[in-house]
Amino acid sequence: MRDDPLIQLILVIAPLSLLAIGGASAIYAPLQQQTVDVHQWLTGREFIELFAIARVTPGPGSMITTLIGWKVAGWLGALVATLALYIPCSVLCFAVARTWNRYRGSKWHTAIENGLRPIGAGLMIAGGVGMLRIENSGWLAWIVAFIVLAIMTWRSMTHPMLLLAVGAGIFLAARAVS
Amino acid sequence: MTTPAHPVSLFALYRLCFVVGVFSFGGGITAWFHREVVKVRGWMTDDEFFSGYSLAAILPGVNSTNMAVYVGQHLRGAIGSITALLGLLSAPFVIVIAAAAVYHHLAGLPGFAAVMGGIAAAAVGMLFRLGMMSARNAHRHIPSAVALAATFFAIGIMQWPLLPVLLVLAPLSIAASWPRKTDEKTAEAKPADEKSPPEGSGNA
Repeated sequence: MRDDPLIQLILVIAPLSLLAIGGASAIYAPLQQQTVDVHQWLTGREFIELFAIARVTPGPGSMITTLIGWKVAGWLGALVATLALYIPCSVLCFAVARTWNRYRGSKWHTAIENGLRPIGAGLMIAGGVGMLRIENSGWLAWIVAFIVLAIMTWRSMTHPMLLLAVGAGIFLAARAVS
Repeated sequence: MTTPAHPVSLFALYRLCFVVGVFSFGGGITAWFHREVVKVRGWMTDDEFFSGYSLAAILPGVNSTNMAVYVGQHLRGAIGSITALLGLLSAPFVIVIAAAAVYHHLAGLPGFAAVMGGIAAAAVGMLFRLGMMSARNAHRHIPSAVALAATFFAIGIMQWPLLPVLLVLAPLSIAASWPRKTDEKTAEAKPADEKSPPEGSGNA
């Protein structure tokens, strides 16, 4: 039973769900250790490749676990690995959200809400800086980010798809020039 | 902006999350979520949204999926959370596997990396804008500004681990926001969301 690859996937991935404090970046090191070194489901090079794929496709970068599940046990493996990663933290978030919304309006709720809000804003901006750091495309990424920021400040209802296209266009233009 | 009179249909919630999921490149998609949920559809107030974001960012897990769970819970309880999460993940689930199957062709396409890099950078710009909005809407007092700057410095610049940073900053920031007598007016002037009935109690 414990040799079943699906069970193995759950045992490796589910605990990481609750370890992902401050976003998924916390899980990549233990995930790599478990899947490459311990279980040898894939090589280190394959891990890096899957990591890159998960980053450039839509959805959370942590969907690398979906790909690992796919490699280990096909579509069913992909499904099991995805659920193993997202269910534990989602259940926790649901429980907290429900409690949280139930006490809306009470004094301590307002205080916690107001106290956490600037921290949430700080994390949001820090998260953006972290992404620019990971993307590793240097000053051009910063320029695009600030152009988009300027457009949104000026025209707040600009459609996001247009903004993403502006980013892609600038990068393509820069590539053509260089 | 008020809580909608009719409950949001699960189909509408799924469809919104599906679309956001398809375009959630680079992770900075919270801004799109905010636009659709708060500004276009009026399903939540700014306060409710940003309050949810704080929770989503602090709790373990991925910000975007946590945010979907929060929005779904707020609108429709447990079934809403499940719907939102499935909506957000179903398209990326298929796309990421399809991309892995054809990865070696994809990576060889001229300009592929540039397009992806540009999209990710633009998404970060959207996130910056949202962070600024949240900061501006926050309680306008000095401790909040200090808490924001300290959080950004610790996580964004120093890259310290989140948990110890939170354990220090969150209690201080909450204590500084505790309503005192001089703040009563501000508390009373808070918008209508305090009057709205507790969400999700019907689904509990």
